[in-house]
Amino acid sequence: MKYRVSAALGLAAMMAFSAAPVAQAGTPKDTFVIARNIADIINLDPAEVFEFSGAEVITNMYDRVMTFEPDNLTKLVGGTTESYSFSEDGKTITLKMRKGIVFHSGNPMTAEDVAFSLQRVVKLKKTPSFIFTQFGWDKDNVDGLVTAPDADTVVLKITADLSPGLVLNALSAGVGSVVDKKLVLSHEKDGDLGYEWLKTNDAGSGPYMLKTWKASELVVLERHDKDRHGVAAMKRVIIRHVAEASAQRLLLEKGDVDASEDLTADQLKGLEGKEGVEIDTFPQSNLMYLAMNQDVKVLTDPKVQDALRYAIDYSGLSESVLQGSYKIHQAFWPSGMWASYDENPYSMNMDKAKALLAEAGYKDGGGLKLTIDTLNKSPFKEVAQSVQSSLKQLGIDAEIILSDGATLWPKYRARKHQLIIARWGPDYSDPHSNADAFAHNPDNRMEAKLTGKLSWRNAWAKDWATKEAEAAAKETDLVKREAMYKELQKKMQSDSCYAIMFQLVGKIGRRANVKNYVRGVTFDQVYFRTVTK
Amino acid sequence: MTRKKGAGPFPPLPPFAKNLLRVVFTLALTFLGLMAVTFFIGRVLPTDPAMAAVGNRASEAVYQAKRLELGLDRPILIQFWLFLTSALQGDFGKSIMTSKPVIDDLKRFFPATLELATVATLFGVLFGVPMGVIAAVRQSKLTDHIVRVLGLIGYSVPIFWLGMVSLVVFYAKLDWLPGTGRLDIYYDGIVDHVTGVILIDSALAGEWEVFNNALGHIILPAAMLALYSLAYIARMTRSFMLDQLSQEYVLTARVKGLPERTVIWRHAFKNMLVQLITVIALSYVNLLEGSVLTETVFAWPGIGLYITNSLFNADMNAVIGGTIVIGACFIGINMLSDVLYRLVDPRAR
Repeated sequence: MKYRVSAALGLAAMMAFSAAPVAQAGTPKDTFVIARNIADIINLDPAEVFEFSGAEVITNMYDRVMTFEPDNLTKLVGGTTESYSFSEDGKTITLKMRKGIVFHSGNPMTAEDVAFSLQRVVKLKKTPSFIFTQFGWDKDNVDGLVTAPDADTVVLKITADLSPGLVLNALSAGVGSVVDKKLVLSHEKDGDLGYEWLKTNDAGSGPYMLKTWKASELVVLERHDKDRHGVAAMKRVIIRHVAEASAQRLLLEKGDVDASEDLTADQLKGLEGKEGVEIDTFPQSNLMYLAMNQDVKVLTDPKVQDALRYAIDYSGLSESVLQGSYKIHQAFWPSGMWASYDENPYSMNMDKAKALLAEAGYKDGGGLKLTIDTLNKSPFKEVAQSVQSSLKQLGIDAEIILSDGATLWPKYRARKHQLIIARWGPDYSDPHSNADAFAHNPDNRMEAKLTGKLSWRNAWAKDWATKEAEAAAKETDLVKREAMYKELQKKMQSDSCYAIMFQLVGKIGRRANVKNYVRGVTFDQVYFRTVTK
Repeated sequence: MTRKKGAGPFPPLPPFAKNLLRVVFTLALTFLGLMAVTFFIGRVLPTDPAMAAVGNRASEAVYQAKRLELGLDRPILIQFWLFLTSALQGDFGKSIMTSKPVIDDLKRFFPATLELATVATLFGVLFGVPMGVIAAVRQSKLTDHIVRVLGLIGYSVPIFWLGMVSLVVFYAKLDWLPGTGRLDIYYDGIVDHVTGVILIDSALAGEWEVFNNALGHIILPAAMLALYSLAYIARMTRSFMLDQLSQEYVLTARVKGLPERTVIWRHAFKNMLVQLITVIALSYVNLLEGSVLTETVFAWPGIGLYITNSLFNADMNAVIGGTIVIGACFIGINMLSDVLYRLVDPRAR
């Protein structure tokens, strides 16, 4: 009996293995396959998309009013706009349409589509709508302020005091995507402007059309042969959801994907020198910072603030825990972008930190106890541990509270934290985006609930910072404007509630035969149409 | 015909109808309790579904608008009542995470888990039952020790680690099996979604290349789950078999000169079938709940990952929908077990 049972087991195993085919290694020559965690895609309507993976997808599905092209990622150029002009007072911007743009549906793009798309963002009032409502647009006036007097012309009237350069930069954000008005309105339900339909469908004109989106599984894009840039080399782009970084690495090494985008620092190190694989490094605009809630009395003292800034082990963290995935950057506008301030005046100096604390009346920590809130994931946990250890040396007891985003953000927005270590990236490619978040706080009362601003969340309200941010936002002279932002960043390095520590360095693994996969500084500057194999 | 004194206005129900009503009432109460507990737990968790939907950057106005849209401004009992009345019409609402009706998500995620759990349980039974029987028959001998050690490994080794190691060995190094996911990209979209179980759908469509590829993809994740299942089934089978082999009727059968094979399989094994069915049913349902770690390692879009991601993002519509499906499986498999008991044990009929 034992032999019959053994034989049966052996036969079953053989059948299982023989039935399984040898896997087809490699990806098709005309298909670009990416492995990444795309669980953050919750919808694909450009009026609402604000997550990393979703933003990458819509960059390639839609044309934007203004844009940054992969051949020069620092220069703002027209997307659907052929040319533009400003009125003398800078409050009216006239955009002339690029001719010959065709939507994926086959409908030709006109100025009416552009106007509709911008109006729609304001009327739907989803999370990123603030990018346009800051112009003075709201659902009641936007139809009058954003118009298409003819098929080739869009006229934007700005009622807020903002530089027209800022407005153009903001139009390069995801909300500046142009949707097919006719198609979208044909799916309108109960006056929703096609919102329910467009969450999971495509109304774009960009180089790729949406073929499939299976949440937490994959996205399949197919080439749009009438794209204004010409026919892309890759006929299809497939983004496979692979949550586990180790599995992403295996798939890349085997050649079953062309790029893996969530590899950890040690995995990237392991891939160095591996045949057939290359590592791409590119600056990213996300900043990691420590913020001090000004509702906590001790943290309002500038000497205590500076002491904390001197207590952080910037270089130690950068070299050990962060392993090159972040670089030291101590200003609120990321390096590599226009008007960035790249001086890093702080380095760890415990003697100075102790002296500052003593001057503030907290010699040897003065029995201080603080909490540090942060995300329950790497590298935030490790950075928090390092800060905790530094504070211990100063005599301050710090308790680390780890939470996931769904718990942490409501607490942060309710000002219930003391110290927090978090990350922030610009919403669009203009320094006002981060100046508005870090510096600008016109109303610090709890009732004001300016929860979109880091300054308000940390109860940090300085008149000079608010005024300087406002002045820079409306300055029309580019040279002056750049100088104003640099000055503001410099001042806030030593006089604010923040210790801005690091800037993300993007790294992905790529198969060596894949060329021209261009990624820019902002989270949505990802271009599939330039990829070749 | 005169009515009996004290009888009600309606004729008495036949016994089967009474039983049916009792079963339906119990089921309804169970599901109601399941939904209520899940719903209220979701509401007291320190996560904010509105914040999860609009994101950290949203202005207060956008956030409050979302709260109103999700009905979070209403008293909690009203929220539950509204949810319940929709759910009874088959509408579990939309998932915040996928923007799709929860029902549609479940139609995609649950079959993936069903497929994986079924194959894993089949492996577990195919190997676990004979191993358990052999171990009992050869108690304290080398075979018994090997089976018990394998069982210990199955229980103790972290499935996450084992999954990664198996990918490295069988996929990366040996190239015997394909990588993560349910299919290679070449085959995605070829077969229409009929049941959602790719092995079945591809066989129905006659797409044998797709079938082969799907089979290859399922082997590793199913083997991981099967190891745990096998360990449990083998251990319990051994225990049941030892119990039966110590009974007097077995001694009698041996003394009567029956072949050992007949004593074990026709008598001892048959007498332990009822207990074994319970064990296999429990093991199967355990796998149907979805194994988050296996699904993560192998990028398997199953219900475990769906519910877990939904929970972390306070997407309670999705969590409740998933919980109902798993609850229904639990109840269904229990009922199936009852039927099987009656088939294998005449005393239960």
